[in-house]
Amino acid sequence: MIRQLTIPICALLAALMMSAAFAAIDPLPFKDRAQELRFQELTKQLRCLVCQNESLNDSSAPLAADLRRDVFAQMQAGKSDADIKQWLTARYSDFVLYDPPLRGGTWLLWFGPFLVLLVSAMAAVVIVRRRAAAATNTPPADGRSTNDTEDDW
Amino acid sequence: MNARLLPLAGFVLLLALLSFGIWWSQHHDLREVPSPLIDKPAPAFSLPLLYDPAQSLGSKELAGEPYLLNVFASWCFACREEHPILLNQGKRLGVKLVGFDYKDEAADAKRWLAQYGNPYDVVIADLPGNVAIDFGVTGAPETFLVDAQGVIRYKYISPITPDIIATELQPRIAALKGAKP
Repeated sequence: MIRQLTIPICALLAALMMSAAFAAIDPLPFKDRAQELRFQELTKQLRCLVCQNESLNDSSAPLAADLRRDVFAQMQAGKSDADIKQWLTARYSDFVLYDPPLRGGTWLLWFGPFLVLLVSAMAAVVIVRRRAAAATNTPPADGRSTNDTEDDW
Repeated sequence: MNARLLPLAGFVLLLALLSFGIWWSQHHDLREVPSPLIDKPAPAFSLPLLYDPAQSLGSKELAGEPYLLNVFASWCFACREEHPILLNQGKRLGVKLVGFDYKDEAADAKRWLAQYGNPYDVVIADLPGNVAIDFGVTGAPETFLVDAQGVIRYKYISPITPDIIATELQPRIAALKGAKP
């Protein structure tokens, strides 16, 4: 009985999931395929302000639909991607961009990982040098290394 | 320095970073979108009145005295939390309280205000949500304090609490009134 029901239930679930996926996409009358691709590309770089882990392209939140409509309208009006991003950041700050611009407040965001890498590389160099020095200073007795730091670790 | 202590130092450093992260996320709402509009002129707008859609009210009519713009909607669950506080303290704030009905059917909003009470001096309705986008609204409730010159002085996201009124809104309103009685 249960096995007989599995396939219809799976089909139903799949249909439900697909309808949810389609619900997030509102039909917009694009001029051509190139404009549609440009729209998809741009909205993927913009963050939905409601479901903040989704892009404007993915989100089915009403605000995201409104913003998609506005982005589309501005594209039709001949605005560039930079103009549209500027229009959005004037209202929602850099928060709306998944790719934050490089400026005073964001330098740590951009260069922080390199800073961490640099500090850890320096620490690694110091440790390796010290160990090398310790190994050459104490000649091995009875053929095996007596490097005490190595044994401890 | 003893090299044996290095891993411990690294661990302590990570622990400190983790504790800082926990502390930070408890004192800040990480989902809060910072508003670039603070201390900038509020967008020019004109919206129909909820109770008289033939008439409209906008930035032009509201200029000249400070006002509190409170974004609400009948579909907004958190607004119910904030509503009794506005009903209780709204009149005592000393500024015009403008209700901003966001993406809401007029009938629903009227029913909601009839049921829970109407704390607003005037209610404007933004059904398409375009003016809300100009204000950088991300949801409801949100509250804006606009001064007599039409400059946004303060924005608060999420339900207003008596604490927020006492510590954030009242000092700012008093300062605005002091500057221009």
